[in-house]
Amino acid sequence: MSEFEPKIVAFFCNWCTYGAADLAGVSRLDYPPNFRVVRLPCTGRLNPKYILEAFKRGADGVWISGCHPGDCHYIAGNYHARRKFMLLHHMLEAVGLEPGRLHFSWISSAEANKFQEIAREVVEKVRACGPNVNFRKAELDLGLPEVA
Amino acid sequence: MATKKVVGAALVAGGGVAGMQAALDLANAGYYVYLVEKSLAIGGRMSQLDKTFPTNDCSMCIISPKLVEVGRHINIELLTLTDILAIDGAEGDFRVRVRKNPRYIDMSKCIACGECTKKCPVKVDNEYNELLDKRKAIYVQYAQAVPLKYGIDAEKCLMLTKGKCGSCQKVCPAKAVDYGQKAEEAVLNVGSVVLAPGFKPYNPKDFETYRYADDPNVMTALEFERLLGATGPTMGHVVRSGDHKEPQSIAFLQCVGSRDINRADNGYCSSVCCMYAIKEAIIAKEHAKYDLQVTVFYMDIRSFGKDFERYYEKAKAKGIRFVRSRIHTVQPLKDGGVRFHYVTDHGQSTTEDFDLAVLSHGLVITGETQDMSRKFGLETDKYNFAKTSSFSPVALSRPGIYACGVFTGPKDIPSSVMEASAAAAAASSKLSSARGTLTRTVNVPAPMDINGEPPRIGVFICHCGINIASVIDVPKVVEFAKTLPFVEFASNTMFACSQDNQEQMVKLIKDMRLNRIVVSACSPRTHEPLFMETLAAAGLNKYLFEMANIRNHDSWVHAGNPEEATRKAMDMTEMAVAKAALLTPLTENVIDVDPTALVIGGGVAGLNAALTLSQQGFKSVVVEKAEKLGGIANRILSTSKDEDVGKYLDELQAKVEADPNISVALKAEVGQVEGFVGNFETTLTNGETVKHGVTIIATGALESKPAEYLYGQNPKVLTHLELDERMKARDEAVDAARTFVFVQCVGSREPERMYCSKVCCTHTVHSAVHIKKKNPDARIFVLYRDMRTYAQKEDLYKEARDLGVIFVRYDLDSKPKVSESGEALNVEVHDPVSGRNLLINPDFLVLAAAIVSGRESELAMKYKVPLDEDGWFFEAHQKLRPVDFATDGMFMAGICHYPKPMDEVVAQAQAAAARAVTVLTQPKMTVGGIVAEINQAKCSGCGVCVAVCPFSAVKIDEAKGKAAVNEAMCKGCGTCASSCRSDAPILRGFTNDGLFAQIAAAL
Repeated sequence: MSEFEPKIVAFFCNWCTYGAADLAGVSRLDYPPNFRVVRLPCTGRLNPKYILEAFKRGADGVWISGCHPGDCHYIAGNYHARRKFMLLHHMLEAVGLEPGRLHFSWISSAEANKFQEIAREVVEKVRACGPNVNFRKAELDLGLPEVA
Repeated sequence: MATKKVVGAALVAGGGVAGMQAALDLANAGYYVYLVEKSLAIGGRMSQLDKTFPTNDCSMCIISPKLVEVGRHINIELLTLTDILAIDGAEGDFRVRVRKNPRYIDMSKCIACGECTKKCPVKVDNEYNELLDKRKAIYVQYAQAVPLKYGIDAEKCLMLTKGKCGSCQKVCPAKAVDYGQKAEEAVLNVGSVVLAPGFKPYNPKDFETYRYADDPNVMTALEFERLLGATGPTMGHVVRSGDHKEPQSIAFLQCVGSRDINRADNGYCSSVCCMYAIKEAIIAKEHAKYDLQVTVFYMDIRSFGKDFERYYEKAKAKGIRFVRSRIHTVQPLKDGGVRFHYVTDHGQSTTEDFDLAVLSHGLVITGETQDMSRKFGLETDKYNFAKTSSFSPVALSRPGIYACGVFTGPKDIPSSVMEASAAAAAASSKLSSARGTLTRTVNVPAPMDINGEPPRIGVFICHCGINIASVIDVPKVVEFAKTLPFVEFASNTMFACSQDNQEQMVKLIKDMRLNRIVVSACSPRTHEPLFMETLAAAGLNKYLFEMANIRNHDSWVHAGNPEEATRKAMDMTEMAVAKAALLTPLTENVIDVDPTALVIGGGVAGLNAALTLSQQGFKSVVVEKAEKLGGIANRILSTSKDEDVGKYLDELQAKVEADPNISVALKAEVGQVEGFVGNFETTLTNGETVKHGVTIIATGALESKPAEYLYGQNPKVLTHLELDERMKARDEAVDAARTFVFVQCVGSREPERMYCSKVCCTHTVHSAVHIKKKNPDARIFVLYRDMRTYAQKEDLYKEARDLGVIFVRYDLDSKPKVSESGEALNVEVHDPVSGRNLLINPDFLVLAAAIVSGRESELAMKYKVPLDEDGWFFEAHQKLRPVDFATDGMFMAGICHYPKPMDEVVAQAQAAAARAVTVLTQPKMTVGGIVAEINQAKCSGCGVCVAVCPFSAVKIDEAKGKAAVNEAMCKGCGTCASSCRSDAPILRGFTNDGLFAQIAAAL
């Protein structure tokens, strides 16, 4: 049986971590192809519901990454994100989410190597958790998005 | 004679951070700018830095948005690889002759894929990494370079030198290589010139005793900076270049090539080395996964800028050791280390070994810049820095030519940025009649109405030559895209960004009535604006666009796994299509801008800001709470360049009074404040109401009243300003006095006030020299902790020593003791050199009393701008936006920002005016786009969004009891949208629906 390949939804802020991922590309630093990136203007935009939505829809892991403290393009968005994240992380752990499924990091737009390193680490940790069966909502309609 | 011709364009020479800022400010103020850079790309020295002090911001992260802004600006013409040959004519109408050197690459074709570099057989020392590794003969200076176009090193290229090879031309998928390009000369007609040629780091190879030239364990600080850099030769891993071992101990040697007239001929202080050494020491310790020992050998630590002293203290707390000693000899050790013999502060001779020595080399003016000064007739000082006066700090000796950055003296990034904005103001001061005559605007057709239409999505999948297509099965992704909901059209394209594809896209949008566009190609960070312009040109709202980054995030990083890479590209395209289907057209609204400024504070800063604005044709109202103008400068005798401050203030005041654009309200303060950028309304305490588009805060600061050294008890104890006032009044007692003691850092650099007041050391040596020149027999003692006569002010310190002024160092734990016995004043201080206590009976004891902020918290609240913990107004960004507040339309100048000398105050005032002009010059401002709005039906008026908004853009509308977003102030971060319990705020362009759809499509 081949090794389990987790699906991971990543939320990156436009200014730092998304830039680091761009630079990792420019530098041809390879990492596992398990991520699907949602670009946000700022991690401050990250509504905790997105994390729940990702797990509900069957993501095996979620990775959130933004600017280092003090580097936020919008002054303090990353601090707001961190607070929300910590709270949600504790809550999700309390209801049985394995700690290895949810990740948070600070990667600046120049830290391509750090990006590669953490990307690999996140995949390994999520892989170790196995498939997300507990949080996936089976009967969820996975069809077309509704049009407003 | 006919009316003098005035050209509405300027030339900026030098594409470093100073040149870029000057170019942006000029272009945004309505002038066409030629930005001339001699290398392949802009970015300058700052692009080489890993981090910046004192915030440890990543240098590349903060500079790259600026690079992109310059690169894309419609009114900045970037001329790379260009030399300036001659400047003829006069202010208002210069003719600048330039030579554009060949790049051997057709910039319109190069897609920066890097295939050429891979195939190039020639390896060349890499200047960007300070020669620590190799680049190829065809190269980009660094990955984020602007313009991101390759260039060929003509001296190294085999084809250009020997006529053989040609492999880059063979592999280039865009056919961009052109070995036949020739240098071209051109004449540019401009009204003024700004010179920002920067510096080169001092090369310590001539210091034989430091062994830099032959010992790999001795390196320069810039080399070390590259080692620390994530994009450097070791990717941030600190190893010695000789044996690649991790050093266990590092020593920094300060003042290499600075404050040295024996070997380097550079008497000046380079101003930045203490701080960058501390920064590199901190970062090196952070990078090391082991207990790295770092020692800094110094003469005086000069942490004189905003937040610098705390940074220094932080370094000490992290275990970085500071040793006051100048190392004279580095002795290489057999096992690869270095040995120093040095004398400690207490006179003991010591030997110590280190694994690595880093030389903190100073900043020097290049030979090229010296030639330029000579050729263009510019006066320089003996160190080749441009000559300027304290009162016009960016104007050079030849009218119409201005300077900024290190060319006028060694300085850090924020000071360079400040000067750059000041130079932009000065350089346009005579051109305002021609403002807007040469600038270009983009004409876009009115967008078509797509209301009620179902989404009709067009998808373009880019091959990017072979960059994407060699890994990803592009046709497969195209076929998949065609199956996605609402996709009307999907196709592959060789280069999505090419001109012909853009035209094709416009045609398809019109012919097929496509109303959403998705491009799967490279990064939206670099290419989204280009495609958005294309949409606008096709008459489609430019926000109906989404990108999937299948190159940087896919083909380039998953080259070894084409199958998964293709699957990922399909998913990414599906995510983009899902989001695109839900996009709605976003409107941009225009608001009127009141072309008037309110300047709060009538001191040197406020008055200069108002005068600078007036030169640009804008009115201002100056509010001053005192009875007269001039502020604290009224008490100052002269500048460090010996210029008469009283005379200057008289002239300044006369100019202000005669200026029809400036009205002054004395004995008035700010009462009530309403509004936002473009439309402020401030009621003054005198009842006057001012409507203004921008606000400049220039409220100054105060000299503290010392609580020690018998100040206020003994009449012989004065502060700096009190001495100045007495000297101004030709006080006989001061003239007759024979002995003076100056005490430095009175109330500064102490735990309760952990900052340096910046101006006192210079003021003290200036006063001492002044007294000594008048009365050579006067005995003057200066009791100091670190002498901080930075930049060319170091010459004054030397002059004072040459004149016989005695400098005695003291530590915070052994401060001087002052007592009185009868008429006599006794000052006792421990002299660490002789190890003895000195007793002095001065006629005057002069205290360098700390400069303290006025803590204008009420004013700060009214305009919703922050103060830092010391009470200084807090700028939007300490490095790159030193005069702006984060709140739009708000600016600051002078010592309400931080203590600084006269020349820096004037520069900051001109800078604030330049920044203000970029707002005032637009009769209407465009606001909107990706900003938040409030769904009124869901809002309960709880105020969470108001509390989390970093830009004060959300307010509760008291009448409705609901939140409302001010589009002019919103920056679109979305923090409000993710913090509301009821999802009332909506971030346009990043809506919940859109993001949920993306998440669903991802899985």
